[in-house]
Amino acid sequence: MNWFAIIPLIIFLVIIFLIGLYASKYVQSSTSFMQEYFLGERSLGGFVLAMTMTATYGSASSFIGGPGTAYTMGLGWVLLAMSQVATGYFVLMILGKKFAIVTRKYKAITIVDYLKSRYNSSVVVILSALSIIIFLFSAMAAQWIGGARLIESLTGISYTSALFIFAISVLVYVTIGGFRAVALTDAVQGIIMFVGTLVLLIAVIIAGGGIPNIIADLHAENPNLITPFGAEGTLTPAYVSSFWILVGVGVVALPQIAVRAMSYKNAKSMHRALIIGTIVVGFIMLNMHLIGVFARPILPGIEIGDKVMPLIALETMPAWLAGIVLAAPMAAIMSTVDSLLILVSSTIIKDVYINYIRPDASHQVIKRMSLGVTGILGIIVFIMALDPPDLIIWLNLFAFGGLEAAFIWPIVLGLYWRTGNKYGAIASIITGVGLYTLSDLLPMVYSKSEYLVSILPNYLEIFNNFFKPFGMHAVVMPVIVSFFAYILVSYLTRKKFV
Amino acid sequence: MRDKKDWNKIANREAIIGIALVLINFVWWYVFAYGLGSREPEEYTYILGLPDWFFYSCVLGFIVMVILVIVVVKFFFVEIPFEEDEEGEEK
Repeated sequence: MNWFAIIPLIIFLVIIFLIGLYASKYVQSSTSFMQEYFLGERSLGGFVLAMTMTATYGSASSFIGGPGTAYTMGLGWVLLAMSQVATGYFVLMILGKKFAIVTRKYKAITIVDYLKSRYNSSVVVILSALSIIIFLFSAMAAQWIGGARLIESLTGISYTSALFIFAISVLVYVTIGGFRAVALTDAVQGIIMFVGTLVLLIAVIIAGGGIPNIIADLHAENPNLITPFGAEGTLTPAYVSSFWILVGVGVVALPQIAVRAMSYKNAKSMHRALIIGTIVVGFIMLNMHLIGVFARPILPGIEIGDKVMPLIALETMPAWLAGIVLAAPMAAIMSTVDSLLILVSSTIIKDVYINYIRPDASHQVIKRMSLGVTGILGIIVFIMALDPPDLIIWLNLFAFGGLEAAFIWPIVLGLYWRTGNKYGAIASIITGVGLYTLSDLLPMVYSKSEYLVSILPNYLEIFNNFFKPFGMHAVVMPVIVSFFAYILVSYLTRKKFV
Repeated sequence: MRDKKDWNKIANREAIIGIALVLINFVWWYVFAYGLGSREPEEYTYILGLPDWFFYSCVLGFIVMVILVIVVVKFFFVEIPFEEDEEGEEK
């Protein structure tokens, strides 16, 4: 066991736990339990708001997978990652003050709440609650696996014990502290991410003998590594640009992000969050992915991308410092998981249970149910992460794109286009999620049937041209089609049902 | 005190500013990355040790966006109350 790496991790967990305890006081004393537990009574200030958005968004994929891919692909992948700077200002500007005003008027505390009041349709409510539960539950499981693997590789304890430590620490503070605990711990985790990546980047640059030296080494190994096109020249401009939809502007439709756009106190907090958020997101993404690229000449030949981060930290820094810096990806994973947990829990309690099962539930019942559901959800995710079913892994791949395709137009056009109605929203959700999952499902199913393959042997090319035109990411086409579905259907049904 | 219609207008204008910013961001990012980056790697010049396309697109582009966001927020964004019964921002 590596005690030097374990001690900073333990200190980190203790701090997070204390914040949970602090936040739980608000939950106990609040007059409106649900507003507090699921939304922190809309009291976030600018700094916490910016940090919780960034930290929720920066997950295992950006902290472990991202640098790993950058290691293999070179500067082209850093270019791709920089499309995420847009999330720092775009989400808050687009949902903006309108969302803050409207959700206050509706007294909405979840995204589904907002959709329910805007469209007055139980079909919209059920479709959206289902998408959130299915997709985010899978995303959560995948993040837990990432968290446990990281503890395992850092400390040398077994995967199961690592998962246990991870699960208990997240569950405790989320269950007792609710949204406020999530946001406050996110702020601490965001600071750790910010500082951790900076320290590690500096250590890597020093170990590599300065930036010019590192770039020269990369150029000598493979000139493509310092072009925008990736090590094998496979990153086309259309493909890279399409990530502006997936990880840039599309993020506005991720429920765990959008819900934060209704949690802040006033216009002043929003203004501060815009500036801080842009700086923090851009800084973390740039540094994080540069670390991956710069690690290549220092530690060549790492086969598994996910190991680049831990290995390079242990290589370039003393163990105790590496332990502190590696709390950063840990923080990234935790801050995503906690937000997903509270969101899925709020969807089950507020959107399903209170809407359809017990609208007259008493304050006490809701309180006990909320704490219970959050805890039970955590336990189910824990069991799934012990031996993850293939379905979860598959669904996780679609989680973000699927939610974006489902919600972007019902949320955004619902805010700004008065003619938009429930039929448009339903059409948009179905076409968005449907096309996006089909883009993977169809080629998979098709390839299994010999008969179908024999009548159309070049089916892959046809599917690719249809679902991924110009080599773009599969999320683009569903987002565009669901836009037209929303507009067209809303327009056609505008007079029929008033 | 302004009435509600004005707040609506302000909110709409700020959303449009958001779209404009993202377009500027994208064009800056794309033009420098693929405009300069499409040359042979041997022709690249280096700024702070980084290839020129990368420096302009990702490093300078990021700094420019931060400055734009600050300018826009300070000079064009208006503080409006969110609650119907709220007057001004903080009493």
